[in-house]
This record gives sequence, structure tokens and C-alpha cells, in this order.
Amino acid sequence: MKNPTTVERTSERELVVTRHFNAPAHIVFKAWSDPALLRQWWTPPSFGITFVSCEADVRTGGSYRFVFSHPAAPEPMAFFGRYVEVVPNARIVWTNEESADGPVSTLTLEEKDGKTHLRMCELYPSKQALDDAIATGSSSTGAAAEQFELLDQVLDMERAS
Amino acid sequence: MVQFTSGHLDTAFAALADPTRRGILERLARADASISELADSFRMTLTGMKKHVGVLEHADLVATEKVGRVRICRLGARRLDAEVAWIERYRQLWEARFDALDRIVEDLQHPRTNMTRRTRS
Repeated sequence: MKNPTTVERTSERELVVTRHFNAPAHIVFKAWSDPALLRQWWTPPSFGITFVSCEADVRTGGSYRFVFSHPAAPEPMAFFGRYVEVVPNARIVWTNEESADGPVSTLTLEEKDGKTHLRMCELYPSKQALDDAIATGSSSTGAAAEQFELLDQVLDMERAS
Repeated sequence: MVQFTSGHLDTAFAALADPTRRGILERLARADASISELADSFRMTLTGMKKHVGVLEHADLVATEKVGRVRICRLGARRLDAEVAWIERYRQLWEARFDALDRIVEDLQHPRTNMTRRTRS
């Protein structure tokens, strides 16, 4: 049985993603910090994104650069930033500098009884920055159509509540 | 809280299946409007627009209120919350990533004894 993934807007400028993994923290950390492993799970096929290149030096002061392609995008898209702080098997803090209003992401791994609780927090510079990130994903006609495809998800959630 | 039966869901889906009705919802997300304003915007007869609004009202996606002689339309209780939808989409992205991460983590803990690579589904 799969562990659930949760996403919550915990404050006006923060998104928090959580999940449990049935493995010790050093294993989960390895998958986040080894680019050869990272490129195997970071781009889900169901979202149509594929890696063109994946460079990551996961150490304090290191940097990363991910280049993706998507059939609908005319050019590959680059995502890059720096590792502000890396504590092996426990914490990775990185910047998202492809956007002027990108968040600082903080990954924390807490191990208990050989299992790991993963928490990833994206802290945006302001409420407006997070509102804009959401709005640009939802105001264009293409994304609005996508939202309507999600209607069944939203209705399911409301029906279940 | 509006409770949904499967009949209600069908009604909401049917309401959204029409591009004009989706357009009406987008318009009302920006501002309330009267039926005649909507008819003008969508270059429709009043009768035609009343039909569309009626379908949306039946699905609780739009609510209307007579103000004087004018019927004003606004988004209903069953509004499509853009932020909720975005967060759900984002959650699906992370779920897909973490499902793949699950497989990697499993492989790291229990490396396969045979040398052939597992094909990804």
C-alpha cells in the first residue's frame, strides 16, 4: 500500500509537501543527492517532462542545473540554483533562481524505526510571489482547461469530506 | 456543505461539458454579471443565455438573484476553486515523483540479484 503525499499551503507564502518512506534516511538522501538517481525519479512520465541534462553537486555551496524538455514547449527549460545548506541524511536547502520570485526549498528527513518522514517546504519571498506562481498556472486558457479536467478530483475531495 | 450524489456529479460534468458555459464561469470568476450582459458578451439571445445559466444554476455552479428587474449571476456554492485545483495538480506531480522515488529506494535497499534492468512502466 502506497504512502500518501500531502501538499498544503501552510502560510500565505509557504507550500509544504510530505510523505513517508519505508527506508532509512540515508537511502532516501542518496536518491536526492546522486544526480544519476535523481534523474530516474524527478521527471514523472505522466507529466510528459523528460530530462535533457541533470547536474547536481549536493553539498553546501554547490549548485544544480536541470534542463527539461516537454512536447508542448518550443525550447528546453532550465531550472537552477544553489545549495545553501546540506546536512547529509538530514537536510537539503536550495534556491530556485530561474525565477526572480522563486522559493527557497528546504527538505528535511526524519528517521524513526528505520522509516523516514520527508518534509519539503517551499518558502516564497512574499504572498504575492506564491499567488502569482499559482495564478500563472491557472489563469491561461490552457491551464483553465486543465483545471476543468481536475474537476472530478475536486468534487471527489468535497464528496469525501 | 453541498453533498454530492452521483447524480449531482453528472449534472456538474454535463454543465461543464459545454465551452460557452465554461466561458460563463470564467467571466463570472472575474465579476458578477446580469443575464443580458452575459448574452451580449457571448453574442447570444437572452433565451439562449437563460438556458445556459439554468444548466449552471442546476449544478450549483452559478447562483442568480433578482435585483429590481435585473437578474444577477454570480459563481455558486459549487465554485471551481483555482487554488484548490492548482494545489491538487501540484500534489499529483509530487505523488508521481515520490512513487518513482519509492521504487528507487526499494531497489537501493534490496538490489536485484539478476543483472537485467527492470523496464519502467
